Amino acid sequence: MAEKDTYLIDGSNRRWFLKQSSALTGLLLAPPLVATSAQSTQRQPTVPPSGKRAITLRINKKTYKIDVEPRETLLDVLRERLDLTGTKKGCDHGQCGACTVHVDGRQSNACLMLAVMHQHQEITTIEGLAPSKSQLHPLQAAFVKHDGYQCGFCTPGQIMSGVAIIRQGHANSPDEIREWMSGNICRCAAYRGIVEAIGSVQKEGKTV
Amino acid sequence: MAKKLIGDPIDRIDGTQKVTGSARYSADVKRPGLVHGVLVMSTVANGTIQTLDTTETLRLPGILAVMSHTNAPKLGGMDKNKSGETASDRVLHVFQDNLVHYNNQPIAMVIADTFEQAVEGASLVRVTYATEPVKPGLPTSTDKPLTPPRLPRVDDQVDTTRGDVKKGMAGAASTLEATYKTPTQFHNALEPHAVLSFWEGDKLTMYTTTQGISGYQKRVAELFGMPKENVRVITQYLGGGFGSKGTTFSQAMLGPMAAKLVGKPVKLVLKREHMFGMVGSRSATVQTMNVGATADGQLTAMTHDTLAQTSAFDEFMEPAGTITRMLYACPNLATTHKFIKANVGSTSPMRAPGEAPGVFALECAIDEMADKLKIDPLQFRLKNYAEEDPHRNRPFSSKSLRECYQQGADQFGWSKRAKQPRATRDGNYLVGMGMATTVYPVNRGESTAMVRLNTDGTVRLETGTQDLGTGTFTIMNQLAAEVLGLSPDQVTLGAGDSKYPEAVGSGGSRTTVTTGSAVTQAAQEVLKKAKKMAYSDKKSPLYAVAEAEIEAKNGRLESKSDPKKGESFTSLLKRNGNKPIEATTLSKSGAEKETHSMSAFGAIFVEVRVDEALGEVRISRMLGNIAAGKIVNAKTAKSQILGGMVWGVSMALHEYAALDTRNARIMNPNLAEYHVPVNADIRDIDAIFIDEADETVNPAGVKGIGEIGIVGTVSAIANAIYHATGKRHYDLPITVEKLIG
Ligand code: FES
Ligand code: FES
Repeated sequence: MAEKDTYLIDGSNRRWFLKQSSALTGLLLAPPLVATSAQSTQRQPTVPPSGKRAITLRINKKTYKIDVEPRETLLDVLRERLDLTGTKKGCDHGQCGACTVHVDGRQSNACLMLAVMHQHQEITTIEGLAPSKSQLHPLQAAFVKHDGYQCGFCTPGQIMSGVAIIRQGHANSPDEIREWMSGNICRCAAYRGIVEAIGSVQKEGKTV
Repeated sequence: MAKKLIGDPIDRIDGTQKVTGSARYSADVKRPGLVHGVLVMSTVANGTIQTLDTTETLRLPGILAVMSHTNAPKLGGMDKNKSGETASDRVLHVFQDNLVHYNNQPIAMVIADTFEQAVEGASLVRVTYATEPVKPGLPTSTDKPLTPPRLPRVDDQVDTTRGDVKKGMAGAASTLEATYKTPTQFHNALEPHAVLSFWEGDKLTMYTTTQGISGYQKRVAELFGMPKENVRVITQYLGGGFGSKGTTFSQAMLGPMAAKLVGKPVKLVLKREHMFGMVGSRSATVQTMNVGATADGQLTAMTHDTLAQTSAFDEFMEPAGTITRMLYACPNLATTHKFIKANVGSTSPMRAPGEAPGVFALECAIDEMADKLKIDPLQFRLKNYAEEDPHRNRPFSSKSLRECYQQGADQFGWSKRAKQPRATRDGNYLVGMGMATTVYPVNRGESTAMVRLNTDGTVRLETGTQDLGTGTFTIMNQLAAEVLGLSPDQVTLGAGDSKYPEAVGSGGSRTTVTTGSAVTQAAQEVLKKAKKMAYSDKKSPLYAVAEAEIEAKNGRLESKSDPKKGESFTSLLKRNGNKPIEATTLSKSGAEKETHSMSAFGAIFVEVRVDEALGEVRISRMLGNIAAGKIVNAKTAKSQILGGMVWGVSMALHEYAALDTRNARIMNPNLAEYHVPVNADIRDIDAIFIDEADETVNPAGVKGIGEIGIVGTVSAIANAIYHATGKRHYDLPITVEKLIG
């Protein structure tokens, strides 16, 4: 198998990252993924296949026009159709928080939402949080520094919830953070690091 | 050799990927033409499938196939489908017959173009069964207990005796008998098991969720009856495992079988409710402890009898009595293990299998005996401190438990603990302090690592290990860098893929012990070659300098006594043919395995607050003091211990599978009703490592730390609840209704 078809651990931070991004590009070009090609706003209006609806989603400040079945959850559309796999599925039942995204600024479980019902709302996923490719969002950096994770599977959801509670003013003390972050299960139990990471960003008073 | 006992707290090398969402876990991988599989599960616990009607499913758009015992590819290696020597090979249910052995067993898979189609299709498969009577699990089972053929670690005996227990009990001033119950638990890693499989001719590639890439590769190849070289297993990121991904379970076969059947890449991801049965569980246990001691607190005799449940089709035994054999200097002691068979999914290792339930019983019994004798529980433990391993009659390679007790007690304020239980009150809360010993054996397997020193002074490290989230990838780089006097970011790692040299499965806290030793040894080998190159090279400033006098530092080799005398790796290699230096080392235990007993030890201290009227327990403070040899990375290691301690909280207060005994079906197979701790359950929690140099244990000087966090925490909490309320609890988890009952 060609090296670029695989996702391989390959080295220290930078080289690994480069390798991974090139692998990703290769995959995105491969049919039948819609991914980036679906971003085009110029698409000619067509009649969607039977049972599907043509919808427009605003995700991470980009516009996606896509045909979906009404039963497709926002989580599955993100992950399976748009290849935005940073948002995780831990339970598919609104019980774990791994799928947390922002919908019009509010932390929401994407597994409990039908994509067709969230057109024209501003959706932000973990991929849309960092200000640029080379710069982390302050809370992302704080999670690395405070080891607010182990396996990292709950992490995108934790960070999306964390950013939301800082913005909403619910991160004023460790106890308040613990309470507001309790919709996000971390089975690795990095709870102390998560509270420290959120607390440190809140204290710095930066706009997040 | 290890230079620092507590290694630098560097950030994880995969941190950026994890926090930006760019880390691709197995279910995130895409392939052209990928289709989706969804399992259909049994709704009875014992019987045979009579009819499996797929008419409605096949009428739906997008359905490619329904795979079941009627059409599944036949497996060439099914004679190997039996309970293995090791804990990781269990009996699988891979649609080769129509038998149902437990409720929620996989019996069919719907494969469709989209996930939604597959889900709908699975819901429409109609199954009828001829049912047989159900054997429920513990504690209701009345089945005859059987002696298991073996314990999961081959060198652990099933039953043991030393001295004369009867005599020891007769000589005791005080005796105690107590029975402890622990429930079935499910690992529930946050990442559901996933496997993306595709065939290219007779070659199979799987992006999967495994704690043991090489074991998985072998098992899949063996059951298909094909050479292992034809199976490639990749686990780049793993979303936790805790044992449930250590065993190669049925989905590992069902995924590639479906890919074969439909001739396309198939992604199979378990639903959360599928993770309550087919991917293992911690066995429920009923354990009886007998303890005898003299009035001044010497243990005279102990017995520990374990009854566990195992599945009707397998033989995994939860080894709960093994720590009792070695933890205290007790002259007369007997331990037994028995199991009953039940219509449940395979029981299997779950974080500290045996040790977690077993030490709960042991350390609660020790606490109760101390209380009976009116001796401080910490003093009682010190009085019975084992200087040597009393089970194996060997010295410990190192044991710093005394230091753990001492430092923990000082830091926690143990001396302020009230002598009497139920003596401290704060408003509505009864406040109590408890402690327990924690311990975990050093398990070492076999791993191979390749280290290459490049001509530009960087290092390439390759070993087929996986990183469960523990920080393995990060610390492997640290270990190689340390030996070669480099900074970890000068090392690049190839891992997470069966194309790299074979490494041990990550279970039983083996990874750093085993693969870390291989990395250390391979790096040492490279260093030795480099030194030789230098002292034999007339042009080198180190020419004719004794090998022992040369050390590696900051990318250079230099003389210890005169650091200015030396040169960089780059200049040395350039002058000597400009070729990299490489070494591949297979690492395994040596003589120390026969001459020493090797374990990590620690002490856990807990303060609880129990609402007297409502029975609500809050753990206000927790401290773990751990001595586990060299700690490679202070940051990731601390997260390991804290995570383990929270697992202790979970086992003590939250987790249990509720079984409907009429049909042996788990009633709470989801994360809303199967409780695990959330953020608000955890308050002030800390872990401290004690410096411990151990040059005997293994070349890396490390002991495993993945499991020791949970082991003593369970009993420390139970003991603290006793101290708060004056009432002992023997039945886990200690939930509100038990506290107000
Ligand atoms: S996947 Fe949405 S809450 Fe668990
Ligand atoms: S980091 Fe593994 S579940 Fe949170």
